[in-house]
Amino acid sequence: MFSNPHSAFRNPHSTGEYRTEMSYYEEEDLGRFGEMGRHRPDLFEKFMAWYQACQEDGALSRREKALIGLAVAHALQCPYCIDAYSQSCLESGSNLEQMTEAIHMASALRGGAALIHGLQAHNSVGKVSM
Amino acid sequence: MSRGKLPVVDDGGAPARAPAAFEAMLAGHGLELRAGAVEVLQVNVGKLCNQACKHCHVDASPRRTEIMTAEVADHVLEAVRRFRFPAVDITGGAPELNPQFRRLVSGSRAAGSRVIVRHNLTVLFEPGQEDLPEFFRDHEVEVVSSLPYFLGRETDSQRGPGVFDKSIEALGRLNAVGYGRGVGGLTLNLVYNPVGAFLPPPQASIEADFRRELLARHGVTFDRLYTITNMPIRRFLEYLRRSGNEERYMRRLVDAFNPAAVAGLMCRTTLSVDWRGRLYDCDFNQMLELPVVAGLPRTIGEFDPETFAGRVVETGAHCFGCTAGAGSSCGGAVLKT
Repeated sequence: MFSNPHSAFRNPHSTGEYRTEMSYYEEEDLGRFGEMGRHRPDLFEKFMAWYQACQEDGALSRREKALIGLAVAHALQCPYCIDAYSQSCLESGSNLEQMTEAIHMASALRGGAALIHGLQAHNSVGKVSM
Repeated sequence: MSRGKLPVVDDGGAPARAPAAFEAMLAGHGLELRAGAVEVLQVNVGKLCNQACKHCHVDASPRRTEIMTAEVADHVLEAVRRFRFPAVDITGGAPELNPQFRRLVSGSRAAGSRVIVRHNLTVLFEPGQEDLPEFFRDHEVEVVSSLPYFLGRETDSQRGPGVFDKSIEALGRLNAVGYGRGVGGLTLNLVYNPVGAFLPPPQASIEADFRRELLARHGVTFDRLYTITNMPIRRFLEYLRRSGNEERYMRRLVDAFNPAAVAGLMCRTTLSVDWRGRLYDCDFNQMLELPVVAGLPRTIGEFDPETFAGRVVETGAHCFGCTAGAGSSCGGAVLKT
C-alpha cells in the first residue's frame, strides 16, 4: 500500500488520482516510460534518440543487439528490460535456445566476476596472515 | 492431427478492443482505404480442416461442417471465367478436403488465372489426398504452406503434436516433384506466423534462417518465406484473452502502426468469397461477418468489376494487424526492406 499524496511517484499529468495499491514493479509502467520525459524533456529526448539509434542495424544486426540487451537485462536484473528484450528477441527472430544461451552468458560473466574477486579476498587474507 | 481436444472458442465473443480507432488513425495520417481493381479473388471454401491450430482466425477444425457446395463453386467459376481475375487464391480450412476443390483449381487454370492454394502440408496424409503434389504440379499451382518455425517445438505448440514432422515429410514430397527448387516455375512459399503474442521478425532475416536451417537439418528447400502477423480474430483472440495478452498485443499493434504499409494492403487488390458465395474485403472481415460496404452486391453471382472498383474498405480494430511494422498480407510483409 502506498498513498502518500506528497510522494515523488505522483504523476502530475494523470487524472489526479493516486495509486492506492502498488508494488515497486508494475507491468504497465513499462508502457509509461515516456512519462519520464514530462520533466526535463530535453534530457529525455537526448536519451531516447541515443537509445533508439543503438537499436538499429549497424555493424551488428538488430537481432544480435536484442540478444545483447537480453543478456544485459539479466545482468542488471531489471524486470522491465527483461520483459522488453524478451519481446524484442522474439520479434527479431530469436528462439528460446538462443535467448537462453545469451542469459547463460550473462550469468557466467556475473559468476566469473564474483569468483575472480575471490583473489581480492585471498590477497586480503594474505596481507594479514603469517 | 489433434482431433480429440480442440481449443475452446466463444463464437459470440466481442471483437478485439484496440486503444485507438483504425479509421481515426488513417484519417490522422491523411489516409483513406479504398480498393482498386480486383487482382486476386480469394476463395475460402470452408472451415473444415484436419488441424485445429491455436492461432487460426477461421476457427477451422475437423469438426466444422461449413463448406462450399457445388452450386456456389459453379458461381465462383462462372465469375472467374467471365472476369478473368489475374489470380485465384484458394483457402480454408484445408481447402483440399472440399469435394469442389480440384475442379475449382482446374477450372480457374483453364480460365487463365494463376492459382494459389493455401496448403497446410499435413492434409497430404489424409485418405485420398496422397496425389496432391502431382495434382499441384500438373496444374502449376502456386503452393503456400504454413510452417511457423524451423524447429519442432514451436511448430507443434501452435499447430498440434506431430505436425512439424509431417510437415517436413510433406515438404520433401513437394520438393521431389519439383516444388521449391527455384527452377521449373513450381513455386513453394512458406508462411511464418509468430508462435504467440508478438510481431513477426523482418521477413528477409527470418527467411534466411529458415532456408539455412531447413536445408541443413532436413534437406528441404522452398522459394520465399512470408511473414504474417497473427490477427486478433476468433481462436487467436480467444488465446489473447485467455492468456491476459489482449490489451498488450493490441497496444503493440497500434503503437507499431506504419502509414507506409497502407498503400500495399491486400484489401486494396483482393476480393474475398466465403463458402456461401458472400463477398468481403478480406478473409479476416469474412470471419468477422463484416461484408463489403453497404450498397454493393453481396454475392459472387452478382459481382461486377465496375461497381466494386474504388469501393471503401470496411475496417475494424483487427486492421491494425495488417499495418503494424512492415505490414502484413497473405503475400507476407507489405514492405519488403
